[in-house]
Order: sequence, then structure tokens, then C-alpha cells
Amino acid sequence: MSFKIIVLAKQVPDTRNVGKDAMKADGTVNRAALPAIYNPEDLNALEFALRVKDQIKDAEVIVVTMGPFRAAEIIRESIYRGADKGFLLTDRKFAGSDTLATSYAIALAIKKLAPYHLVVAGRQAIDGDTAQVGPQTAEKLGLPQVTYAEELVAVTQKDITIKRRLERGVETVKSSFPLAVTVHGSAADCRPRNAKRLMKYKHAKTLTELQNETKDYTHLYNERPYLNIEEWTVEDIDADVEALGLSGSPTKVKTIQNVVFQSKDSKALGTSNEEINDLMKELLDSHIIG
Amino acid sequence: MNNIFVYCEITEEGHVADVSLELLTKGRSLADELKIKLEAIVIGANLKGIEKEIFPYGVDFIHTADDKRFFPFTTGPHAKILIKLFKEQKPEIVLFGASSIGRDIAPRIASALKCGLTADCTSLVIGDHEDKKQNKVYKNLLYQIRPAFGGNIIATIINPETRPQIATVREGVMKKEIKAENYKGKIVPFDIKNIFDEVDFAIQIIDRHIEKQKINIKNSQIIVSGGYGVGSVENFKLLFDLAELLGGEVGASRAAVDAGFAPHERQIGQTGVTVRPKLYIACGISGAVQHSAGMDESSKIISINTDSHAPINHIADYTINGSVDEVIPKMIKYYKENSK
Ligand SMILES: Cc1cc2nc3c(=O)[nH]c(=O)nc-3n(C[C@H](O)[C@H](O)[C@H](O)COP(=O)(O)OP(=O)(O)OC[C@H]3O[C@@H](n4cnc5c(N)ncnc54)[C@H](O)[C@@H]3O)c2cc1C
Ligand SMILES: Nc1ncnc2c1ncn2[C@@H]1O[C@H](COP(=O)(O)O)[C@@H](O)[C@H]1O
Repeated sequence: MSFKIIVLAKQVPDTRNVGKDAMKADGTVNRAALPAIYNPEDLNALEFALRVKDQIKDAEVIVVTMGPFRAAEIIRESIYRGADKGFLLTDRKFAGSDTLATSYAIALAIKKLAPYHLVVAGRQAIDGDTAQVGPQTAEKLGLPQVTYAEELVAVTQKDITIKRRLERGVETVKSSFPLAVTVHGSAADCRPRNAKRLMKYKHAKTLTELQNETKDYTHLYNERPYLNIEEWTVEDIDADVEALGLSGSPTKVKTIQNVVFQSKDSKALGTSNEEINDLMKELLDSHIIG
Repeated sequence: MNNIFVYCEITEEGHVADVSLELLTKGRSLADELKIKLEAIVIGANLKGIEKEIFPYGVDFIHTADDKRFFPFTTGPHAKILIKLFKEQKPEIVLFGASSIGRDIAPRIASALKCGLTADCTSLVIGDHEDKKQNKVYKNLLYQIRPAFGGNIIATIINPETRPQIATVREGVMKKEIKAENYKGKIVPFDIKNIFDEVDFAIQIIDRHIEKQKINIKNSQIIVSGGYGVGSVENFKLLFDLAELLGGEVGASRAAVDAGFAPHERQIGQTGVTVRPKLYIACGISGAVQHSAGMDESSKIISINTDSHAPINHIADYTINGSVDEVIPKMIKYYKENSK
């Protein structure tokens, strides 16, 4: 039996580069101005999985991502870097899912891929920094969990030893399989794309992407089945629609408020020696410093 | 209406963690407003006497589970106990610290109980909600307030239908305050007989190095904080020089941490530390909500920024329109020549 490692990866808007043009005049977020990227800690998760694969014979790394059609990019990127294959959960009925509904869908997809040894997620996705989907999925699968993994210390067919990064220190733990792991951003960076894999899988596509091509490549994909990226809908994972999307999400956004800072009466200063010195003097005199 | 529960974390030294005491304080005031009781849960080893640290915060019931296998924390047994307890007690609200432990376990609980969870709240308030579509009014919900996606907006999250309403809050966001030194509640030992499976103890800890908190930004009275605009690790050294001179600490924005100018432990804001110093000098920080959420209660704020319209300037007492590398050396020079 092969050793199956499932990686959860998400495509996210690059909130790290939120510039001024990221906000529209009406105060809403201009998603178009934010490039979609591979969630950074999910790349650490992918590397963690690939390192396990490097040490175990017949190990297989499978990426699962839930998102819109274009999230197939995440699967291609994973394959270029060494993953064996991927599944894209995509369906309008998933839209609006909070972390509970997301973990429900992802857990069902993982059950379809059973038996497996490891489920590896990033610690958190930068679009919300919730760090919830990993543990929530683990709970739904009844798996023990190791959060904040920083280093793969050792792994065999039977067990795994992992160093964790905590707020104030480190901890080394050991576990048997099956197990869920969430990987911290301080773990090893992901290896780059492999040139050979890039050539081989450059045209890997989902059915939806193929249907948008102007030319008919069906024969090519029949000849080379490894180029097919499978899409799964709500029916494919036998999900209860009520447990998905808005209806399956207990958290609701009641209001969104623009931040209007209550302007204080502030003193505006320039950078002349005099102005800086006066300020420092004032701070000293009022015993705020000194 | 049922009660509010706070999960109390136990520190290396065997005390209740600050973040939990802060949440007990908040829990007490929410409980008063809702006219319900406040309950605490402590899971650990050798808990004898721990109630003395907890009752003064106005706690009516303490649920304890005491066993040598419960410390150091592992997810399995703690989650098992909490899920069982909450299924029996059906709390109205549950609060966890947004710590390594709280953020590990809270999502498991929410997943098992199929209820909502909001991470990193910066404020918790009771309020009503009218669902116009269903023509339904929900009374006394917990508004879980946090900055949201992309900054510049604050979202109020609610869980109208599901219970408990679960939230995590970072250390320092709420203030801790003793209710009454001799407040008396009841201790309720939790029966752990026959509840565990082998899988609950699947994780074996083989080594631990936990340090006492090294950098103490939270309690520092003066903070010199740098953002992306500081530009380089070298320029950040200027901030360290000034902070040292003033007897303060150096903080950083997330963009500065991401750029590698400062380590994550110095990050201030929604996903970092919350601070309330006497003086906060914001150097090259634009002032996104996620940042200001962690420092806007500072007594005096000075902003040094090349952009006179930077949002941070709205909350600053003094704004210096100029470059960090020009201004800081001048401050250092004046201070050296004129203090004492
Ligand atoms: C879920 C989530 C959680 C987050 N949590 C946090 C958090 O906890 N803490 C946090 O800080 N951020 C957090 N952020 C990020 C936040 O939204 C901002 O992106 C970040 O605070 C911006 O940092 P900055 O002000 O240093 O950088 P920028 O926004 O790039 O601002 C740089 C500033 O420097 C000024 N400047 C440039 N050159 C100079 C110079 N030579 N001298 C003086 N000024 C100069 C510029 O005018 C500008 O105002 C979070 C974001 C998300 C999505
Ligand atoms: N839509 C998704 N598809 C695949 N993985 C996801 C998805 N959402 C979250 N995850 C995984 O769960 C982790 C935590 O996400 P979050 O709870 O959103 O911070 C991420 O780092 C991913 O590994």
C-alpha cells in the first residue's frame, strides 16, 4: 500500500501588498487589484509533505484545494514543485463558506481519498489569518493533530517526529499515523519548480479550462491522462448542500464598517532641528521621557 | 439563557495565564450584562489551589480536570473534555485566548459542536440583530468585532443560530481586573472516567524548551515602532538606539516583520501584541486598522512619515512630516545632550 500524503492548499489574494489602490472609493475591497497567490504557509506545508515523501518509499503527495476555477493554478504549481496530483473542489454551492463549511467539504474530499497517512495544511491563510481550517478538518476526520510544525525531525512508515514552534519555545512530538499536521511559516521554504516537471505538466488542465480552449485537445488528454486535473463538485463528494455555503456557515457578517479615525488635534511638525528639539524638550518637560 | 465559559490556560510555572485572566474579566462584565453566570474550565496537572487565582475574577463555577497526563497541553484529552462538557452544559458563549494553545483547540471544539468561531477579536459587545429577510429579531447576541480582509474595515461577526458563540482574543487586548478578593464560587470536578480513547493520547511529547517571555513589549511604557517605511535592517538599528536611550522597546508593523526588518515577536496589532504605552513613536508606519487596533490606546502618539496624509496621522498627537533616517538621529542627539 502506498503512503498517501494529502496537502491542503488555498489560493488567496495577496493581502501583504495591500496598497492604496486596493480600496475602492466606496470603501470596499478591490479584489482585482490584489494578485492571487499560493497561500505562503501552504507552500511550507507542501515542502513538509515532499520531505516526508523523500524519505518514504512509494509515497504519494496529493494536493486538495477548494476555490473558483482559476484555483487550478495552485494544483499546477504544486505539481511543478513535486506533488503527484491534485483535486480541485469547485462548485458555486461552495461559495460563501466560512471555515466550518470549508472544513466540512475538505474533510469529505479527504474521505474519498482514504486510506491516507498524513493530512498537511498550512497554519493559516493570509486572507483571514484564522488558522481554523486545519484543526477543524482534523476534528471531522477524527485525526490527532500537530499544529505549528517547524521541522520534520524523522519519519518512518510507522511514525513521525516533528518539532513545533510555539509562542515561547519549541516542542518535539511523536505520533503514529494517520495524523493531521499544520505547518508554520518558519518551516523550510518550498523547493522551486522542477524544470522537467514544468515541461511535462505545463499543459495540465481541468475540464473547465479545456472547454475554454479554442482548439480541441481532447485526444491529447486521452493519450496523456496525467494532464487531467480532476474537478469535484458537491455531488462528487456527496455533500449535504445545507451544510455548505452561507446556509452551512454559522458565522455571519453583520456589518462592515469603514474605519474613520477620529482625528485628534495633532500638531504637525517639519524636520528642522528647532522643531525636533522643541518636541523633545516638551516630552522631557512633561516627563513622558527622561 | 445559559452561561459564559472561559477556558483557562495553565502556564509553565503552574499559574493561570494572563490572557485567561483578561478573558475572565471580560467574561464577568458580559455575564453581568446578560444576567448569567461566569464559569471557568481548568485542565491540568496538580491543580490544587488554582481556584484561589480564579475566583477573585468573579467566577461562579470552576470546572476542573486534574490528571498528570493533562500537562503539558496536548490537543486530544483537552478537546475531549471540552466537547463533552459543552455538550452537557450548552454554554451561551465560550472564550479562548488566541495563544498557541487556544488557536490549536478552539477550532476543534467549534468543528465538533458545529458552531461559529471568530479568531483574534479586538472587541466583544452584546447587541441585537434583525434579520429582515426572515423577519426575525435576535436578542443579546455576542458581537465579535475584528478588523477584516484587506484592512481599513472592521467587521462585526455574529452567530445568530448556533451555540455556543466562540471567540478567541489575544493577550493584552482585554484588561484584567479583580472583581473581589473574596468572591466565592463552586468547584465542580469533571468526571474523566472512561471518556478517553487511545487516539486522544496519540501525540507524545518527547522534548520541550519553553522560555520565559524574552521581549516584553506589552509592559513597556515607551515604544519606538517601525514600519515598512523604515526601509532596511540598518535603519531599524536607529530605532533600537532611540528605544534603548529612552528605556523603551522596539515594536514593528507586520509589513516590517514580513520584510525581515524585525522578528515576529515584536509585531504590534491585531495578529501581534496589543500595547498601551505612555509614548508610541510610529516610524514609517501607514496605520492600517490591523496595526492601529494594537496601539490606538497609547497615551501619546508621534508619527514620523514622509506622507503627511498617512492614516496614522489621524490618531497621532504629533506628526512629523519627514524621513525616519533624518528625524531619529536628531531626536537621539537632542536627548543625549539634554537629559539629566
Ligand atoms: C488578517 C490580517 C492581519 C494583520 N495583522 C497585522 C498586525 O497585527 N499588525 C500590523 O502591523 N499589520 C497587520 N496586518 C497588515 C496591515 O494590513 C498592513 O499591511 C501593515 O500594517 C502595513 O505596514 P506598514 O504601515 O509598515 O507598511 P506600509 O503600509 O507600506 O506603510 C509604510 C509607510 O511608511 C511611509 N514611509 C516610506 N518611506 C518613509 C521614510 N523614509 N520615512 C518615513 N516614512 C516613510 C509611507 O508613507 C507609508 O505610510 C494584517 C493584515 C491582515 C490581512
Ligand atoms: N479553500 C481551501 N482549500 C484548501 N485548503 C484550505 C482552504 N482553506 C483553508 N485551507 C487550509 O487550511 C489552512 C488554514 O486556513 P485558514 O483557517 O483559512 O487560516 C490553510 O493554510 C490551508 O492549508
